[in-house]
Amino acid sequence: MSQDPNNTKLQHEIQGQRLLKSKLSPSYHYLMWALGLAIVLALILAPLWLKSYGLILLCTWAFRTIAVQGLNLTMGYAGQVSLAQAAFMGVGAYTSTLLIMKAGYNYWLALLIAMLLSLLIGFLIGFPALRIKEGHYLAFVTLGFGNLIWLVLRNEQWLTNGPLGIRDIPRPSIFGYSLFEPVKFYYFSLAMLALSSLIVWFILRSPWGRAFKALRDNAARSESLGLSKTTYTLLAFAIGSALAGVAGVMQAGLVEYIDPDSFLLWRSLLLVMMLVVGGSGSLIGPFIGAALVTLLPEWLRFTGEYYLVIFGIGVIIVMRYFPKGIAGFLPYLKRRFFTKEVQA
Amino acid sequence: MQLQFFIQLLIAGIATGAIYALMAVGFALLWQTSGTINFAQGEFIMFSSFLILWLMKLLNIGLIPAYLLSLIISMLLFGLLFKRLLVDPLLKYGDVPLIIATIGLGMVIREMTRIIWGANALPFPSLIKNQVLNLGPIRVGLADLVTIAVAMTIIIALQLFLNKSFIGRSMEATAQNQQVARILGINVDRMILYTFLINAFLVTSAALLVTPRLLAKFSSGEAFGLIAFMAAIIGGFNQVRGALIGGFLIGIIDNLAKFYLARIHLPFSDSTLNLSPYAPAIPLILLIVIILFKPEGIFGRKEERSI
Repeated sequence: MSQDPNNTKLQHEIQGQRLLKSKLSPSYHYLMWALGLAIVLALILAPLWLKSYGLILLCTWAFRTIAVQGLNLTMGYAGQVSLAQAAFMGVGAYTSTLLIMKAGYNYWLALLIAMLLSLLIGFLIGFPALRIKEGHYLAFVTLGFGNLIWLVLRNEQWLTNGPLGIRDIPRPSIFGYSLFEPVKFYYFSLAMLALSSLIVWFILRSPWGRAFKALRDNAARSESLGLSKTTYTLLAFAIGSALAGVAGVMQAGLVEYIDPDSFLLWRSLLLVMMLVVGGSGSLIGPFIGAALVTLLPEWLRFTGEYYLVIFGIGVIIVMRYFPKGIAGFLPYLKRRFFTKEVQA
Repeated sequence: MQLQFFIQLLIAGIATGAIYALMAVGFALLWQTSGTINFAQGEFIMFSSFLILWLMKLLNIGLIPAYLLSLIISMLLFGLLFKRLLVDPLLKYGDVPLIIATIGLGMVIREMTRIIWGANALPFPSLIKNQVLNLGPIRVGLADLVTIAVAMTIIIALQLFLNKSFIGRSMEATAQNQQVARILGINVDRMILYTFLINAFLVTSAALLVTPRLLAKFSSGEAFGLIAFMAAIIGGFNQVRGALIGGFLIGIIDNLAKFYLARIHLPFSDSTLNLSPYAPAIPLILLIVIILFKPEGIFGRKEERSI
C-alpha cells in the first residue's frame, strides 16, 4: 500500500504538519518549582513580619480559597453554575458552631459532621437539578436553596439566635494545645488549605477527575463511552459543597461570630466571581481569585466606597477580554516565553 | 366571611402578580431570543425607580413625564448599550461568562446607586391616591385596581404586538429558531435588539408600579431579580405566556401565604402557629418541586435534546 505514490505523498504531507514540534524549555519547570516553593515558604514564614491584621487577612484568604476550590469542582470541571456556595458555608458554620456551643461536641468531630452534612445536602439538592442534562437548572435550584437557608437561619431564633447571630465562637485545640492565638490559628488555616488543595489535586488526577474533564469537554462522546454525566456532576457538586462547609467552619472560628447575613446570595455571587476572575477549571485559579478579592479592598482603600464598583467593572472586563480568567495567562506565557519550535 | 377575605387577598395578589409578570416577561424574552440569562434584571428595575425620582426632582416634573423620559433613558442604557457593549461581545463564549458578567453588572449598578443616592429608602409617589372601595361586601384598594389596569394594558399590548404585528411574529420566529429565521430573511440581530428594548420598557414600567408599594432602596434589586427568575422558571421560560402566568402565580401565592401562614390552627389545641416569616419560602419550594417534576415549567414546551 505504501508503494502507491499518492499515498506516500499524503503521508509526507501529514508528517509535514508534525515536522515543527514545540519543545518546552526545561527552565520553565525550574522556574515554576522555584516560584511555588518561594510562595509556600513565604506563607510559612509570614508570621515573622506580619502583624495579627495581616494574618487575619491571610486566614480569610485561606478559607475563601477552600470554598472557591469547591466551586471550581462544580463550575470549572463539571461545567455547572452553583449559586449557593456561601449558603453551604452557612450550613457548615452554623452546624459546627451549634454542635460545639450547644451540644458540647469536640471541635474536630463537629467539623467532620458539618462537612458530611454539607455533602449530604449537596447530594439532596443536586439530584433533582442534575437529572436534567441541558440548561442551568443547578443554578436555579441553588438560588432557591440559598434563600431558603437564609430564611431558616433568620427565623429559627430558638436555635440560631436569628438576625443577631452567635458570638464568642471557640477556636479549635489539638491534643489539648489551644490554637486560639492568631499565629496558631493561621497555621491551622494554612494546614487546612494545604489539605484541601491536596484533596482537590488528587481528585482531579484520579480517573474520577479525568472523567469530570472528559464530560465537560465533550459530554456526548464521554457518555457514549459509558460515563454518566449526572453521576459525575452530582459527585463534583456534592464534594464542592462539602468543601464550602469546611470553609464555613473555618470562617466561624476566625471571625468568632456568625449571622445569617454573612451567607446571603451576594456572598455566593462574590465566590463565583472570585473563581472566574482567578480562572475556572484551573488548579491555581481559586488561589488567585480569592487573593484578589481579599487583598483588593486593602490596595483599593484609597478608592473608598468605589471598591465594589471597580471590582464589578473588573469582572466584566475580565469576562470580555480574558474569559479564562487570570490563570488563563499562564499557558499563554508558557507558549510565548518558554517554548521553541524545533524540527521533530 | 372566609370567602370574602379570600377574594380580597386574591385581588391584591393579582395586582402584585401583574407587576411580577412585567418583571418576568422581559427576562424570559431575553432568554429566548438571545440566550441571555440576565442576573442584573432586578437591578435594572431598582435603578429605573431611582431614575424616575431623580428626573422628577431635577426637571421639576410630575410622575408621568418623568416616567416617559426615563423610558427613553432606560431603553438606551438597558436596551441598546447593554446589548452592544456587554451581551454581543460575550455571547460567543457561551452562556456562563455572560451570566457572570451580568452578575458583575448588577453589582456595579447596585453600588453606584448606593453611592449616588445613598443607602436610605426613599418614598416614591404612587399613580393615584389610595382609598378603599367597598364593592358589596368586598373591600378593594383603588391603587391595586389601577395597578392591575396599567399592567394588564401593557401585557395585552405586548401580546398583541408579539402575536399580530409583523415585527412581533419575526421576534417570535427568532426566539424559536434563529437559523431558520435567518434563512427566512429576518434580521435576527435587529429582532434581538427589539427584545432588549422591550425588556427595558418593561423593567421601567415595573419600577413605576412596584416602587410605591415598597420604597426605592438600592438593595431591593436582588429580590426583584429573584422574582423574575422564579416566575420565568415556574411558568416555563420558553414561552412568554409561561412567564406571565408564573408572575401572577407568585404574586397570588405571596399574598395568600402571608395571610394564611400567620394563622395556622394546631390540631387538638387552641393555639395558633405563626409561620408568616416563611411566606417567601413557598415560591422557592414550588420552584424546586417544579424543577423536580416538570423542569420545562408548568406551561413550557419540552425542548428536544440537541447533541
